[in-house]
Amino acid sequence: MGQVVIASRLSDGRVVFVAKASEGAAVEWALELDAACVAGDDASAEAMLALAERDARAQQTVVEPYLIDVENKDGRLVPTKYREAIRCLGPTIRPDLGKQAEGPSA
Amino acid sequence: MYRYDEHDHALVQDRVAQFRRQVERRMQGEITEEQFRPLRLMNGLYLQLHAYMLRVAIPYGTLDSRQMRKLAWIARRYDKGYGHFTTRQNLQYNWPKLEETPDILAELAEVEMHAIQTSGNCIRNVTSDQYAGAAKDEVEDPRIWCEIARQWSTLHPEFSFLPRKFKIAITACEHDRAAVKVHDIGVIVKRDAGGEVGFEVIVGGGLGRTPFVGKTIREFLPKEHFLSYLEAVLRVYNQLGRRDNKFKARIKVTVHEIGIEEFRRLVEEEWAAIRDTSLKLPKEEVDRIAAHFQPPAFRALDATARATEDRAAKDPAFASWLRHNVAPHKASGYAIANVSLKVPGQAPGDASAEQMDLLADLADEYSFSELRVTHAQNIVLPHVERDRLPALYDRLVPAGLAAANVGLVSDIICCPGLDYCSLANARSIPVAQQIAERFDAAKQERIGELQIKISGCINACGHHHVGHIGILGVDRKGEEHYQVQIGGSADENASLGRILGRGFSADEVVDVVDKLVETYLDLREEGETFLETYRRIGQEPFKERVYGTA
Repeated sequence: MGQVVIASRLSDGRVVFVAKASEGAAVEWALELDAACVAGDDASAEAMLALAERDARAQQTVVEPYLIDVENKDGRLVPTKYREAIRCLGPTIRPDLGKQAEGPSA
Repeated sequence: MYRYDEHDHALVQDRVAQFRRQVERRMQGEITEEQFRPLRLMNGLYLQLHAYMLRVAIPYGTLDSRQMRKLAWIARRYDKGYGHFTTRQNLQYNWPKLEETPDILAELAEVEMHAIQTSGNCIRNVTSDQYAGAAKDEVEDPRIWCEIARQWSTLHPEFSFLPRKFKIAITACEHDRAAVKVHDIGVIVKRDAGGEVGFEVIVGGGLGRTPFVGKTIREFLPKEHFLSYLEAVLRVYNQLGRRDNKFKARIKVTVHEIGIEEFRRLVEEEWAAIRDTSLKLPKEEVDRIAAHFQPPAFRALDATARATEDRAAKDPAFASWLRHNVAPHKASGYAIANVSLKVPGQAPGDASAEQMDLLADLADEYSFSELRVTHAQNIVLPHVERDRLPALYDRLVPAGLAAANVGLVSDIICCPGLDYCSLANARSIPVAQQIAERFDAAKQERIGELQIKISGCINACGHHHVGHIGILGVDRKGEEHYQVQIGGSADENASLGRILGRGFSADEVVDVVDKLVETYLDLREEGETFLETYRRIGQEPFKERVYGTA
C-alpha cells in the first residue's frame, strides 16, 4: 500500500514515525503508526526519508530513520514485514510491554 | 569476593562523570549520533528494536546480595521491573532511557559495578565456571586469574581498539562448565606432572558466523607468566587480525588462516621478548588478589544430611530438584544450589525485580551472601548447608524459582532474538518456550541430560553451534525459518553441531525437536545421554526420522 518513515526517539529509544514532512518546515514525529504519513510511491517515500534524515541531523531528536512497507488492514496501518511488525508492537512474548501495552491507539 | 580499591573506585566514578557529560552534549545536539554511538557502546548502551539496552558487567559471573539488590532496584526504578541474564554472565536491561543512563551507572558504581567493556572491540567481561570456589574437583579458584585478567584488560591502552571483540574464559576443573574451547582465549588451570599449578592456554575458538573449536597453543604455562603470555597472544592478534572485513576479524579466523603452528611461533617469539618484563607476576601480588577469594567460614559439618534425605524420600518434587539442581561442594556438609531461570512462561534468563530481591535475601540467609550467574543463564547459590536445602527449596517454590530442570531439555540457552534484538532475523524465545511446554517433567526426567541452544541470528549469542540440539533462526523470504543442527557440545570434549538438512518453519520446529528426542529414546543404550547416542550412531537415524529419508 505504501511506505512510512520509522526511527528511534533519542531520549528514550522509543519507536516514532514521520507524521508530517514538508520542505522548509520541521518534521513532526508521532508515537502512533496510525498517525504516520504514508507515501504511495517510491519517489515520495525517498523524498520523505530525505526530509526525515535532514531533520534528524538538524534537530537531533531522533536516530536512524528508514523506510518500511505498510498496508491497511481493517482501517489500521500494519507493517508488511514481521520484523517491523514486532518493532511497532513490542516483544511478542510480553504483551504487557512496548506499544502494544499502550492500548489500541498505539 | 574482590572488593574495589581506591583506583577501581576512581576509575568507575570518573567514567560515570565522563559519560554524564557525553549524554548531556548528545541531548543538547552538540555531538551527532555518529560521534556518540562509539561512546555509548563503550558504556554498554545499545539501541535495540524497541528501546535502548544497557548491558551491565558481572565480572566472571560473581556478585553478592547487595549487588543483586541494586540490580533489582534499578530494574524497578529505571526499567520495567525485570532484567535478562546473558550467556556472558552479564545482565541486560531492555528499556532504559538515554537521559537516565548516567544515573543508572552512578547507582551501579555505588555497589562496585559498571558497564565498561561490555561492548566494542576490546577485551570483554572474563567469564568463568559458575561453581568456582565451591566445586569439589577444582585445582584452585579460577576467579583469582579472572580478576587478574580483569585488572590487566580494563582500559588496556593497546587493546582498546582490537580488530574485533575479544572474549576470555577461565576454568579450573576437568569438567568444563565455562565453554573455554569456544572462546578467543580459553584458560584451564591445571597441574603438571610434578604437581605445579599453571595453565593450558587455548586460542582461536568461537561461535558466530564461522565457528571453531579452539586449539591448544601451550600445554602448560607457569603461573607467573599468565599476563605476559596473554599479552603476547593479544599483541600478535592485534597486529595480524583483519580490519578489512568484520566477518573475518576475530582471532579464530587469524589462527585458522595462518595455522596454529605459525600463530604459536609468533606468540612465543613475542613472549620471549616480554616474559621477564613488568608483566611477570610477583607472587605477593597474586597472593594479594587471592586473599579476596578465600573460602567463607564454612562450619565443620557431617557429610550426612538427614533432613534433606528424609525430605527427598517422601517428596518426589524436592527429590527431583535435588537430583538436577544441586551439585556436590568441596566443603563437607555443603552443596551448590542452582536456581533455574527457565521458568514456564518466562523468557530464558529473565528475572523480575522481586525474584532478584528474593535471590539476594536467600544468598544472605543460605550462601554467605554470594551468588553466581551461569553462562547457561541460571543463578547459583554456591555455598548452602546440605541440611538446609529443604528450607531453601520451600522459599523458591512460591516465587516460581524451583524448576527442577538444570541440564534437562527445558534448560534452554536462548538469545533475546527478534523480540528485542535489532540484529536478529527470527524470534528465539517463543521457540524455547514451546519446546519447554512440549516436554512434561516426567518426560524430561526420562530424557535426561540434553542441552538445546537457540540463536535468533548467525551471531550465535544463543550458542546454537554447541547445543546437543542447536537451532538457528533465519529470515527466509520474509518468514521466520529455523535451521536445526545436532551433536554440538561446549564442554571439555567440545564439538560443533552438524546441520541436519533443510530448515523448518516456526510451526514445524518443535515437532522436529520432538522427533530427534524420540529417535534418541528409541536407540539409546543403557545410561547413554543424547550426545553419547549421537556420537555412537551418527546423524543418519535422526535425519531419517525427521525427513523420512536418509
